[in-house]
Amino acid sequence: MSGRSVRRHVTSGLMTSLVAVLSFTAVFALVLILADLIAKGASSLDWDFFTKNPVPAGQSGGGVANAIVGTGIIVGLAALIGLPVGVGTGLYLAEYGSGRLGWTVRFVADVLNGTPSIVIGIFAWTWLVRPMHGYSALAGSVALAALMIPMIARTTEEMVRLVPHSLREAALALGYPRWRTSLRVVARTALAGIVTGCLVGIARIAGETAPLIFTALGNLNFTTNITQPMQTLPHEIYEYAQGPFEEWHRLAWASALVLMSLVLLLGVTARWAIRQRHGAAR
Amino acid sequence: MAPPADARLRLETVRLTALFGRRAVLKDVTIIFPAHTVTAVIGPSGCGKSTFLRCLNRMHELSEGGWVTGRVLLDGADIYDSHVDPVQLRRRIGMVFQRPTPFPTMSIYDNVAAGLRVNGHRGRRELDEVVERALRQAALWDEVKDRLRASALALSGGQQQRLCIARALAPQPEVLLLDEPTASLDPAGTQRIEELCHELKRLYTIVIVTHNMQQAARVSDYTAFFYLGDLIEVGRTEELFTRPTKEQTEAYITGRFG
Repeated sequence: MSGRSVRRHVTSGLMTSLVAVLSFTAVFALVLILADLIAKGASSLDWDFFTKNPVPAGQSGGGVANAIVGTGIIVGLAALIGLPVGVGTGLYLAEYGSGRLGWTVRFVADVLNGTPSIVIGIFAWTWLVRPMHGYSALAGSVALAALMIPMIARTTEEMVRLVPHSLREAALALGYPRWRTSLRVVARTALAGIVTGCLVGIARIAGETAPLIFTALGNLNFTTNITQPMQTLPHEIYEYAQGPFEEWHRLAWASALVLMSLVLLLGVTARWAIRQRHGAAR
Repeated sequence: MAPPADARLRLETVRLTALFGRRAVLKDVTIIFPAHTVTAVIGPSGCGKSTFLRCLNRMHELSEGGWVTGRVLLDGADIYDSHVDPVQLRRRIGMVFQRPTPFPTMSIYDNVAAGLRVNGHRGRRELDEVVERALRQAALWDEVKDRLRASALALSGGQQQRLCIARALAPQPEVLLLDEPTASLDPAGTQRIEELCHELKRLYTIVIVTHNMQQAARVSDYTAFFYLGDLIEVGRTEELFTRPTKEQTEAYITGRFG
């Protein structure tokens, strides 16, 4: 081998090791967090944890059923509001958003995307909690939806833009009206990507705490009434982790593990969904 | 061969000029495509032949800044008339593109049925019939009849292109526009498509853009030569290739440029 070739091989080897080390560092953080959560939280995961509500402070036992159900309701409601609006906006931006309006919407979405979630929480408090004279799960859902919409709009836009232009033309040349081309051909082709974006968006907001402090507030009791304050897992972790009781810390660790698993599950589902759509020959 | 039922139908352009913004890419083109003939459109890259084709089904106006002046007459009626709905028009003029463009989320069957469904045809039996006929016309039926429900992406490139032809034929258009349909195919695939042109002209009026002069000579009755946005010459294919009247045409077909 010539000198140059040797040098190339060495450089290639060095670079490969470097990126390997960097990737490992990235993954290592996740592994560390998961391992810690499992070590400190897994032992508390029993039937009571999932089915019982909190007991008065200082007593042992009890669970976080109220927070688990609360997270489900608040995130579900946020998704119900946020997904249609977000996906619709993204589709509009990608398919029709070349003019000034599109530019404005895109700019606003980007600014909103970068807005700290606590600011969104304060706004939800000003516009919903105060006029409604009370904290509510609904206000929490709206705050989370507001966080979610720009995120989903932008990912949807990216995904739709990936659909080759030739496919649009093929549909139009076949006599498809523009709106049907967008929905039946373009959006359907981008569906796997859009669904992934939605799941990632849901996972993102499921762990949000700050906007909920000002809106859903938290609740020690079990409730499914969306006009009342409601407990959520992130908020419950926030409260319990700060509390003076060993019992609370235990529950907080376990809740963190559950929340993390939920988010991971959403991520895995997203990947699985893609593979299903691409693999299945319908 | 039975006489064509609609011998009257023909497509023609009158002083057609296509522009992008203020730049004309096609100037003053007047040409007639007789019914049930194949007309090849040839010329070097950038001569405006694809744009010309896209003017014939009003696809050009969908491009950024695209617009036209002049007239395009389908059976005597101007397709650029204000009361003509371009969406409806495109159902009468089918188009096949350079690269196969099957809808990736649809099965083979649904791809072929797409143009009918968008037109409001829903009947199961009617669709079955039309899909089979279109696939037979595109010489694809025997290869796919056992897997109509499979994804269109499972087909080879040549099969995908024939699928696109079937998709364009299913709504029974009157005119078929082919934009370099064999550009991405191997010789065998190319031959299939060329044979198809011969068979399909019994039923349709075909305009085919091609880079390949041998192909133009093989498949077409008439040939139109475009250069730098101008229609230089049009005539019966054998005449244009053997006795071109214009110097540029001769230079191009003898391979001196392009």
